[in-house]
Amino acid sequence: MRPIAAVVFATAVLSATAIAAEIPLTERKSSYEFMGRETRAMQDDDTVNPAMLWVLDGEALWNRKEGSAAKSCGDCHGDARASMKGVAARYPAFNAARGRPVDLEQRINICRAEQQQSTPLPFESKELLALAAYVGRQSRGMPIEIADDERTKPFLQAGRDLFTQRQGQLNLSCAQCHDDNWGQKLAGAAIPQGHPTGYPLYRLEWQALGSLQRRLRNCLFGMRAISYPLGAPQYVDLELYLMWRARGMQVETPAVRP
Amino acid sequence: MTRDDHMPQATRRRFLIETAALAGAVGIAVPLAVKPASATPASMRAAIRKVVGEAALNKGKVKIDVPPLIENGNAVPLTISCESPMTADDYVKAMHVFTEKNPQPNVVSVQLGPRSGRAAVSTRIRLADSQKIIAIAQMSDGSFWSSEAEVIVTLAACLEGV
Amino acid sequence: MARALINAPAKAKRGEIIEIKTLISHNMETGFRPDNTGKPVPRDIITDFICKYNGQEIFRAELFPAIAANPFLTFFTVATESGTLSFEWTGDNGFTATESVDITVE
Repeated sequence: MRPIAAVVFATAVLSATAIAAEIPLTERKSSYEFMGRETRAMQDDDTVNPAMLWVLDGEALWNRKEGSAAKSCGDCHGDARASMKGVAARYPAFNAARGRPVDLEQRINICRAEQQQSTPLPFESKELLALAAYVGRQSRGMPIEIADDERTKPFLQAGRDLFTQRQGQLNLSCAQCHDDNWGQKLAGAAIPQGHPTGYPLYRLEWQALGSLQRRLRNCLFGMRAISYPLGAPQYVDLELYLMWRARGMQVETPAVRP
Repeated sequence: MTRDDHMPQATRRRFLIETAALAGAVGIAVPLAVKPASATPASMRAAIRKVVGEAALNKGKVKIDVPPLIENGNAVPLTISCESPMTADDYVKAMHVFTEKNPQPNVVSVQLGPRSGRAAVSTRIRLADSQKIIAIAQMSDGSFWSSEAEVIVTLAACLEGV
Repeated sequence: MARALINAPAKAKRGEIIEIKTLISHNMETGFRPDNTGKPVPRDIITDFICKYNGQEIFRAELFPAIAANPFLTFFTVATESGTLSFEWTGDNGFTATESVDITVE
């Protein structure tokens, strides 16, 4: 939005004395509910959803032999419809070897490096998005459930800190929009609660499928804050917190958003 | 977002991205004076005349299905349909869609025939601004029919600048 | 990766009007979008789409830059006989893509 309007908005928010409070579990809504009827129809119908092009590509990649091990994902994991059911719903998950949580894309690259003896796929590449979309699709309709793991607690707190800290030239926190002012309008569009229920998703603004990290970078850009590079641990910590915040909500991958 | 600045949507999008880039102290000198091409009502009429020629343009028969308020002009669902028996003697030969304020007026042209069964086509289009959409159907008897729809296009709140 | 997704009924009754939905991955670069230096990125779009039913053309479309990325197009045809529905997209810079599905008509 216009810089002037942004300053006015920021001032209005700063002068409100409300402290960032988490949304009660029963009041949580997916961004799906803030979309128009036609955009919802695009997500609901697989024959019409442009994200399905990536899911199809992902299925082909799942079956393609890779790396010096000449193994495909399917060689170890079999039919994704069975083996990947519920996986995306519990990511990010703790990775013992790395001593920290990893997100689904990082987990795919770990498999590529260690199991397939292949090179990792670049973040935001068509291939990595396609695989993440294909795997994510297998959890569609299932409730988000991050494991209650002691080891992830410090990272969950780091994610919460990122969500509630003021940052950027507007000195805004994520919570001020998405916890305190969801449902109100920002530049003509409704502010959603910011649950990552449908990633990777087809964003009409991108005219392509993109990851949660891409969307977070858009947010940081909009807040006039410095964004981290793709794959940064801050994004995974934040995603861990967001998925915890969205616990119990249904996976919609691959979603469509305006 | 108020419309008091009379800026067409495409330039507004550019303006927002560029001021944001400057505000973020990226320091790239991007010319704000880039004025994208824009259809005018005259160029749309010319594009329509290319299709219709000197024949009369009757109002009716063709229907435009488009959301009146559009969240993002990048992918707008559109259905154009025409009531017709679609028999060998009486069918819709073609349907054409035009816009008033996109950089250029043509959107899509489809050729149908008696084998179509139903004269209805759906697609997703780009709309650069709030504007008028015009659909024209060409019948097997040589007649032309048209209808129009007005739509409002809003923009997503957090634009991608990087 | 120009992948196409076709949705058409695998089976239909003779004379039934069926809906065919098509989706193909393509950026549909309009030719109006400025790059970082302000110069327009050259146009690169799908310009034509043809559907044939057992070799007979039953639907044709001419696409312009105003068609959204990853072009989605649906249309109808009468199920006349069993056989193959074939689809062909062509566009700028020699772009071509084809796809086909079989249909059983009883």
